[in-house]
Amino acid sequence: MANMIQLEINGIPVEVEEGTSILNAAKKVHVKIPTLCYHPDLTPWASCGICVVRQLVPSRTEPGKWVPSPKLLRACCTAVTPGMKISTHDADIVKVRRTVLELILANHPNDCLQCPRNGSCELQRLAGDFGIRDIPFPAEIPSIPVDKSTPSLVLNQNKCVKCGRCAIVCQQMQNVWALEFIGRGEKTRMAPAADCTLEESPCIKCGQCSAHCPVGAIYENDETAKVWDALRDPEKHCVVQIAPAVRVAIGEAFGKEPGTLMTGETYAALRRLGFKAVFDTNFSADLTIMEEGSEFIKRFTGKGGELPLITSCCPAWTEWMEEYAPDFINNFSTAKSPQQMLSPMAKTYYAQKQGIDPSKIFVVSIMPCTAKKYEISRSENMSSSGYQDTDVVLTTRELARMIKSAGIDFVSLEPEAADSLMGEYTGAGTIFGVTGGVMEAALRTAYCLITKKDQPPSIDFMDVRGMQGVKEATIDIDGTPVKIAVAHQMGNVKQVLDAVREDRKNGVKPRYDFIEVMACRGGCIGGGGQPTGATDEVRALRTKGIYTDDERSVLRMSHLNPMITKIYEEFLGAPLSEKAHELLHNHYRQTKVYSK
Amino acid sequence: MGYKQYILTCGGTACDSNRGIELFNALKKAVSDNGLEDSVQVVRTGCLGFCEKGPIVKILPEDTFYVEVKPEDAEEIVKEHIIKGRTVDRLLYDKSQSKVHVGVEGIDFYQKQFRIVLRNCGVIDPDRIDEYIARDGYKALEKVLFEMTPQDVVDEITKSGLRGRGGAGFPTGVKWGFAAKQPAGQKYMVCNADEGDPGAYMDRSTLEGDPHSILEAMTIAGYAIGASKGFIYIRAEYPLAIKRLQNAIAQSTELGLLGEDILGSGFSFTIELRFGAGAFVCGEETALLASIEGKRGMPTPRPPFPAVKGLWGRPTVINNVETLANIPVVILKGADWFNKIGTATTKGTKVFALTGKVNNSGLIEVPMGTTLREIIFDVGGGIKGGKKFKAAQTGGPSGGIIPPQFLDTPIDYESLGKIGSIMGSGGLIVMDETDCIPDIAKFYLDFTVDESCGKCAPCRIGGRKLLNYLDKICSGDGTEEDLQRMLDISDAMARASLCGLGQTASNPVRSSLRYFLDEYKEHIHDHKCRAGKCKKLLNFTIDPEKCKGCTLCARKCPVGAITGTVKQPHVIDTAKCIKCGQCYDNCKFGAISRG
Repeated sequence: MANMIQLEINGIPVEVEEGTSILNAAKKVHVKIPTLCYHPDLTPWASCGICVVRQLVPSRTEPGKWVPSPKLLRACCTAVTPGMKISTHDADIVKVRRTVLELILANHPNDCLQCPRNGSCELQRLAGDFGIRDIPFPAEIPSIPVDKSTPSLVLNQNKCVKCGRCAIVCQQMQNVWALEFIGRGEKTRMAPAADCTLEESPCIKCGQCSAHCPVGAIYENDETAKVWDALRDPEKHCVVQIAPAVRVAIGEAFGKEPGTLMTGETYAALRRLGFKAVFDTNFSADLTIMEEGSEFIKRFTGKGGELPLITSCCPAWTEWMEEYAPDFINNFSTAKSPQQMLSPMAKTYYAQKQGIDPSKIFVVSIMPCTAKKYEISRSENMSSSGYQDTDVVLTTRELARMIKSAGIDFVSLEPEAADSLMGEYTGAGTIFGVTGGVMEAALRTAYCLITKKDQPPSIDFMDVRGMQGVKEATIDIDGTPVKIAVAHQMGNVKQVLDAVREDRKNGVKPRYDFIEVMACRGGCIGGGGQPTGATDEVRALRTKGIYTDDERSVLRMSHLNPMITKIYEEFLGAPLSEKAHELLHNHYRQTKVYSK
Repeated sequence: MGYKQYILTCGGTACDSNRGIELFNALKKAVSDNGLEDSVQVVRTGCLGFCEKGPIVKILPEDTFYVEVKPEDAEEIVKEHIIKGRTVDRLLYDKSQSKVHVGVEGIDFYQKQFRIVLRNCGVIDPDRIDEYIARDGYKALEKVLFEMTPQDVVDEITKSGLRGRGGAGFPTGVKWGFAAKQPAGQKYMVCNADEGDPGAYMDRSTLEGDPHSILEAMTIAGYAIGASKGFIYIRAEYPLAIKRLQNAIAQSTELGLLGEDILGSGFSFTIELRFGAGAFVCGEETALLASIEGKRGMPTPRPPFPAVKGLWGRPTVINNVETLANIPVVILKGADWFNKIGTATTKGTKVFALTGKVNNSGLIEVPMGTTLREIIFDVGGGIKGGKKFKAAQTGGPSGGIIPPQFLDTPIDYESLGKIGSIMGSGGLIVMDETDCIPDIAKFYLDFTVDESCGKCAPCRIGGRKLLNYLDKICSGDGTEEDLQRMLDISDAMARASLCGLGQTASNPVRSSLRYFLDEYKEHIHDHKCRAGKCKKLLNFTIDPEKCKGCTLCARKCPVGAITGTVKQPHVIDTAKCIKCGQCYDNCKFGAISRG
C-alpha cells in the first residue's frame, strides 16, 4: 500500500498516492491545469512551460498567512509533498502561461483551416481556451521542406512545437530512434539524424509519433483522394476490408465513447461511399490462424522450421526485425498479415467467383495503422495475385474524414452485414486487434488441431491478455507445455529477443516456443492510425470493445469459420498447400538501419 | 633542494598565448648559458592573476615582480637581477616605486586580495606533485581518511558555511549530506569544470595552476558521500587544463593518493575526465549529467535532485571547481577559521575574472563582503583612460547589469540577488560611458539565444524575441510598447523556464530596464545612443565654424561621403555615410560632431 499524501489544490483538500504529480492530483479534484508537451504515456519532459502552478508558502511578514511563492513549479513533473498548498489559476500564473502560449503561437503557422489536425489540435484547443485573439509578438515561421518520403507519414517540421513527444515515443516507447532532437537553441528540430529523410532513417512507420503529436507536425499520408478517384472511376470495381481495431475506435471521431463497437455502421458507411463489396479483415485473420497455426504445429512437432515461431502480422514489427534483429528472420512466421491475405484472395478467388477481371478490382483496406500503407509494397510477395494485392490503405482517421465529407450521419446508420464471401469472422479473428490476441487465437485453434478435441478447457487464455509490456505463460496442451511470450510496444521487445539470444548462446532449447509481437502499445487498438488522443484509459475501453465482440461471437475459433472451410475446399486446398504458399506466404530479408 | 633563487613564470593560457612558453624557454636557456642550473630554478607556475600585465615573472625569495616580460628580456633578467643583484627597473609594475616596492605587496592589484582558492596558483609548478605536497597538499585527505568519519567531513563542510561557487550558492555540506544519506551502493562525485561564461576563466586558471587541489577535494568528497568514482567534466577547449589534470591524475595514482586503497586506508577512489564539446548549457547540472552519459545535453526537471538520482540514476554530487578548491583548506584550517571570512550569509572568498574597462584586468580573489567599489577601483585600479564608470555586470550572461548607485554593495549571494543580479560563477565585466546598455544587453542575449539548448519554449522562443526587440531598439525602430513586451517575455522566461539558463537569461534585460530605462527611452524616442555604439542612430555632422578645410576627413572617408574644397568647410552626405566614425576619430579640430 503506497503512502498517501494530503495536500490542498486551490483550497480543496485532496489525498493522493506518494509520487503523484501536482497535475494528476489536481485532476482528482476536477481542476484542469493546461498542458501542451505532457502526455500520460510518457515520462514528463517538461519542455513547454504551460502547466506552471505555484505553491503557497507561509508569509514572512504576517505569521499565519499563506502567500503565493513567486517561483513557479511545473505541475506535470513535480510530485506532491505532504501539506502542500497549490494555486493553479491566479491571475499572475495565467499571465505567465498566456505569454508562453503567445510565444509558441508566434512561431507556429497560422493555417489551421488547411491543417490535418484542424479540430483535433491540442495547440488550437489551448489557444481557444485562452481566448487568444492576436499574437503580440512578431511571427518567425520556418520554411523547412516537408518530408513526404515514406508512404506512411508526412513530417512537417514547420508546425512542430518542439514538445519532444515524437522523439521520446520513437526512442523510448518504440526503441526505433528514427526521430532525434537535432540542432540547438532556436534551431532545435525533431527530425531524423543528420537530416536524412524518414525513408532513409530507421523509421518503421508505426506512426506512434503521429498519434502522440499534439499538432499537425507529423501525420498520416492522406490517400483519400486516390480512393475517391477509384470510387468515381466506372471501370473500377472497388472493394474494401476493415481491420479488427478500426471498429472499436472509429466512433471516437464521431463523438462516441472509445470502445463502442461500430462494425455494422462502418459496413453501411462503406457501402454508401460506393464500395461494391465490403469484406472484413477479421475473416482473413481467421485465415492467418489456419496458416500460421499450422506452421506452428509443424515447427512445434519437429517437422521443420525454427522455434520459437514469431508472429509477423505487424508490419512495423517486421521492419524493426529486418533492421535491428535479422538474426530472427528464420523464426518469423511466413504467413502474411490478414490484410495481405485478404487482398490477393479478392483479386483471385473473389474475382473468379464473381467473374470480374482482377485488373479492374481496386482493394482498399481500412487500418488502424500507418505501417500498413508501407506494407502493401514492401516486397514482390505483396503482388502475389499478379497485381499489387492491396491498392490503397486508409487509416481509421482518413476513413472518418471520408465519411464526414460524404455527409453520412455515421452514428445514426442502420448497421449492415459484411459481404458473406470474405466477411464472416469468428471471435478469434476479432481479437487480432489487441495485444495477445493473435497468440490467443492461435492457441485456441492449435489446441484443437493438436489434441483433436473440440475446444480447449477454457477458451479465454487470460495469461496473454492485459497491458503488461511482456507477458509470459506456459500453456498446457493436454500435458504438453507450450511456452509463450507476448510483447507489445516496440521498446519491450528487445528483452524477449535477448532472452532467446542468451539461450542460443548457451546452446539450450529456447525458453519460448511461440512469441507474439505488436509494435504499438495495447496492440492495433493503439495503432498509429487510430483517432488521436489515445491514452491507457482509451486503450482499455477499445480493448474491452474487442473482447466484447469476441464474447458475442457464436464461433470463437478460426478453424470453425465455415467460410474458411469453404475457401480451402473451393480454392486453396489445405493450409500450407502450394497455392496457399503462393498467395498467403511471405519472405523477409535483412535491411540497413540507415539506407543513406 | 639547493636552489638559492627561483624564477617563476606564469604558465596560464593567457600568458602562454602572449609568448609565455617562449619566455620560459628563454629564461631556462639564460640560466643554463650562465651556468646557474644548480642554484637557480626556473618554474612554470599557474596563473598569477595579473593578466593585464602578463607575462609575469616573479623572482623568489626577494619577491620581485616583473610585468609584461618578453622572451628578449630573459637574458637581462638573469645577467642583471640574478648575477649582479640589480633589479631591472623597466620591467617593474610601478617604475617610480621601484626601490621600495618591488613585490606583490606593493601592487594595489594584490592588496585587497585574499587567496584560498588560488593559494597555489602562481606559486607551484602544477606539473609536479611534490610541490603541491610541499604546500600541505594531500594533508587534508590524510586527515580525512585517518581521523574523520564521512559524517565528520559532511558536518565540517556544513559548519564552514561553504556554498556552491557555480552560481546558485547551495550549501555544499548540505548537498554532500543528501548524497551521503542515500543507501550505500554506486555513487558518483562529479566536478563541474564546464566554465562557459564569456570572459570567465576562474576555473581554467585553478585547474591549470593547481590541479591536485581538485583531485584531493574530489577524493575527500567521495569519502564523505561514499562514492568510489569521480568524473571531471571539462571543456575540450581547455587543452592545457586537461593536460595538467591528466598528468596530476597519473602522479597521484602512482603515489597511491588516488586509486585502490588510498594510503592503505581501505578507501578507493578513481577519477576520469569527460570532455564537453562547448555547449554552455552543459554547465547546468542535469544537462551535464546527460552529457556524461553520452546523451544530448538537455536539462531535466528537478526533483529528483542529482544527489538522490543522478548519473545513471545513482546518487551524484556535482561541485564546481572553485567550490572544491576550498575543501582541503577548510579541512586543514577548520570550519571555524573559514566561516569567519566573509559575510553573515556567505563565507569565504570569491574568485572573479575581472575584465572590461578596468585598468587591472585579471584573476582576483577577494573575501566575500568586499564591495564592488573596492574590486573595481582598488583591485582593478579604476576605469581605463580615466573614463566614467557606468555599470558592472556580474554572473555573466545570466547576471544583471549593476548601476553606479550600487557600487558599495558588499559581494555576497543575497546582496547581489537583491539588486537584480547574481553572483554567478565569477565573471565581472566593467563598463564605462562608451558602453551602450541596450547594446550590452543585446550582446548577452545573443549569447544565450545561441546557447539555449532549445528544449523549453520560454527560453527558446522568448530569448530570440527579446533579442529581436533589442535589435529593433538599437536600430532606432523601437517603440514604447516593445518595452512592455520585453518585460512580459522576461518575466515568463524567468518563471516558466525549466533550467537556470532560461530562468536567468533575461536578467541583463530585466536589470537594465530597471536601472537604465532612460537609455532605452532615448533610443526609442530621441533616436539617440549616448554611448555612440548604435551605429544606426549616429549622425555625423561637420561644424562649418570649426572646420578648417584640411581635407583629412574627406581622404579618410572610405565611401566618399565627405566633400569640400581645401580651406573651405566640408560637408557629409548623410545618405552615403556608413557611420564608421573615421572622420570623427581623425578630425584634429573637433569639428565633427556625433549624435
